[in-house]
Amino acid sequence: MFDELSEKLERVFKTLRGAGKLTEQNIRDSLREVRRTLLEADVNYKVAKDFIQSIETKAIGQNTLRSINPGQQVIKIVHQELITLLGGQVAELEISPMPPTIIMLCGLQGSGKTTLAAKLALHYRRNGKNPLLVAADIYRPAAIQQLKTLGKGLNIEVFYKDDKPVGICRAASAEAINRGYTHVLFDTAGRLHIDDQLMQELADIKKATSPIEILLVADTMTGQDAVNIASEFDRRLGITGVALTKLDGDARGGAALSIRAVVGKPIKVVGVGEKLDALEKFYPDRMASRILGMGDIVSLVEKAQQTVDLKEAARLTEKLQKESFTLEDFYSQLQQLKKMGPLESLLEMIPGIGKSLKGINMDGNELVKVEAILNSMTVEEKREPHILNGSRRHRVARGSGTSIQDVNSLLKQFSQMQKMLKKFTGKNMKAFAGGLPKFGL
Amino acid sequence: MGFSIKSLREKLSKTTNKISAGIRSILPKGKKIDDALLDELEEVLISADIGPEATMRIIDQARNQYHGGKITDSEQLEELIKTTSVEILKGADSHPNLETITKPEVIMIVGVNGAGKTTTIAKLARYYRSNGKTVLLAAGDTFRAAAIEQLGIWADRVGVDIVKHGQDSDPAAVVFDAINAARSRGKDVVIIDTAGRLHTKSNLMEELKKIRRVAAKAHSGAPHQTYLIIDGTTGQNGLKQIKLFDQAIGLTGLILTKMDGTAKGGVVLAAATQFKIPVRYIGFGETADDFDSFDPQSFVAAIFDSKSDD
Repeated sequence: MFDELSEKLERVFKTLRGAGKLTEQNIRDSLREVRRTLLEADVNYKVAKDFIQSIETKAIGQNTLRSINPGQQVIKIVHQELITLLGGQVAELEISPMPPTIIMLCGLQGSGKTTLAAKLALHYRRNGKNPLLVAADIYRPAAIQQLKTLGKGLNIEVFYKDDKPVGICRAASAEAINRGYTHVLFDTAGRLHIDDQLMQELADIKKATSPIEILLVADTMTGQDAVNIASEFDRRLGITGVALTKLDGDARGGAALSIRAVVGKPIKVVGVGEKLDALEKFYPDRMASRILGMGDIVSLVEKAQQTVDLKEAARLTEKLQKESFTLEDFYSQLQQLKKMGPLESLLEMIPGIGKSLKGINMDGNELVKVEAILNSMTVEEKREPHILNGSRRHRVARGSGTSIQDVNSLLKQFSQMQKMLKKFTGKNMKAFAGGLPKFGL
Repeated sequence: MGFSIKSLREKLSKTTNKISAGIRSILPKGKKIDDALLDELEEVLISADIGPEATMRIIDQARNQYHGGKITDSEQLEELIKTTSVEILKGADSHPNLETITKPEVIMIVGVNGAGKTTTIAKLARYYRSNGKTVLLAAGDTFRAAAIEQLGIWADRVGVDIVKHGQDSDPAAVVFDAINAARSRGKDVVIIDTAGRLHTKSNLMEELKKIRRVAAKAHSGAPHQTYLIIDGTTGQNGLKQIKLFDQAIGLTGLILTKMDGTAKGGVVLAAATQFKIPVRYIGFGETADDFDSFDPQSFVAAIFDSKSDD
């Protein structure tokens, strides 16, 4: 998501690296480019200005000019400043000492409150808690129905009664205490920060229920107005944190920097996809690394750990070592990879790769084709690919909606891979089994 | 009816004043132009989401005129900025298709999640109705929970027909049925709702292409209009949205929503420097009346003319 900013900064620093010596003048020139990049990324102009100033002071003040690699040193300073600006540490959601933990979600229309409420509820349930969703958006047509549908799909209780939002939330809190819910999530109606009446409604809900977290749900694509929105919500409600949504798009997300810098409240969770488990913590250091084009390998490894079945991985490793890796095993590996989410978002996390793949369609369509071909094969064919004669190949191609060339090319690549495996057997197999070899049509 | 320019300006100016100071605060009447003033002007334009590129373009033009001695005071500068902005917006307007359309006219609405598609469809339906047209809605967002119900409620409120299938059904099939139903019921306009999607998800963009193809199959020339809904609070990502949606399905216009907040929607000005896709309508509130056809002049005026009295 921050890839383009990274690219630009990289270009800026390439000229810095190229310069034999850093002077105050070329630091200033480069930082002017950084500023423009930040503005293109929707960082608020005041925030960008402050950021540049603080870097300039630091870069010029330090012994940067005499260091062996001054460009690297400036990158280090920019990186450090970005981390600081993004909040420094990972911020956790608060837990109320006296259950239930009440979390109020608020924000503009369409920022993603309802989806986020469901994501948080699922997150708590997966951690062994007992969450209650509360439908407090009585204004938008079918908003209550939307939350109910989401709750039903997750098998999580949704509280609603025919009342004003304050009454609904008050009753929900009482219900939570009576029935032993550990976490209560208020899904409030979207509203403008300047809508006095509706902002007062949120203040009233806060007063009636004392939520331990008041999260401003903000869209990553928000422009310069992010600072006005955030400071107004904060002024009226005293928000405790921010939830950043739609982070899986290609918005550079300058709003994240702006909000954090202006209201000083941490970003606590981020939404990274349409699926209800697409919720992550916000890591300032990783985000800063991404901004500087260093990739996000930590998130990738974590994702793999969460989703890959270790037993299955061990079995595949063994098979690879014994040279008995078949198309069937490959299919199983493919399924594991798919569980980790869309290929594009995985690739984005690999350092350096975001740029090199630009313009190439890496949305997993190729893998879909491969999967379709494998699905059209019998178990026997997958185990013993050599039995695939002309007529079988023809059948597979028709069955998978691909061409006979596609099938041939897959089989050819697989046999090449097997040959390669024989060469490598015993060496680095563990590392190899973890990732999918270069495979595609 | 609430479709007067005045109401738009009132709505917009009510809010643009409140938090961000307008152009007037740095351009008091009669103030002499200098480089510092131009720098401040840059900040005002940037903060309206006009983006660094389009901002530079406008500022450079002003700077040249100033250095060439053509403008000297703030009033002339303000006039120049407004004219330039209006020209940019008008420049994006393509020539309208004057071919006669066989009924029904099919309008497809697309956009990222939360941009305001469903509400806008209600407004558009009401807009057409108030112009004496009969409208049928196609509940093509079969993905988001309760999106079909939401559109159904609006159809009732506005008093138009709706064709819907179940949750998770094929949106292209809904569209096919809706167009056929509209034809047999003699409706003038079909408005297609689609699920919100990020422009970067190519599988979801493929789905839009399919909807488009099926619409064309059901009715020659359909969809006649394809509008991208842009949230007025969106920053420079709006440019990427326009680019990718246009690449995938071809856009004939933009609809700018949520203009009743403090955001100024300047991204459409940036967009107008890059794409030949005009803004057609503007939405500024939650009722079906808070909607108007887009007029570059009053838009620019509403954005820049914040009175400095409060």
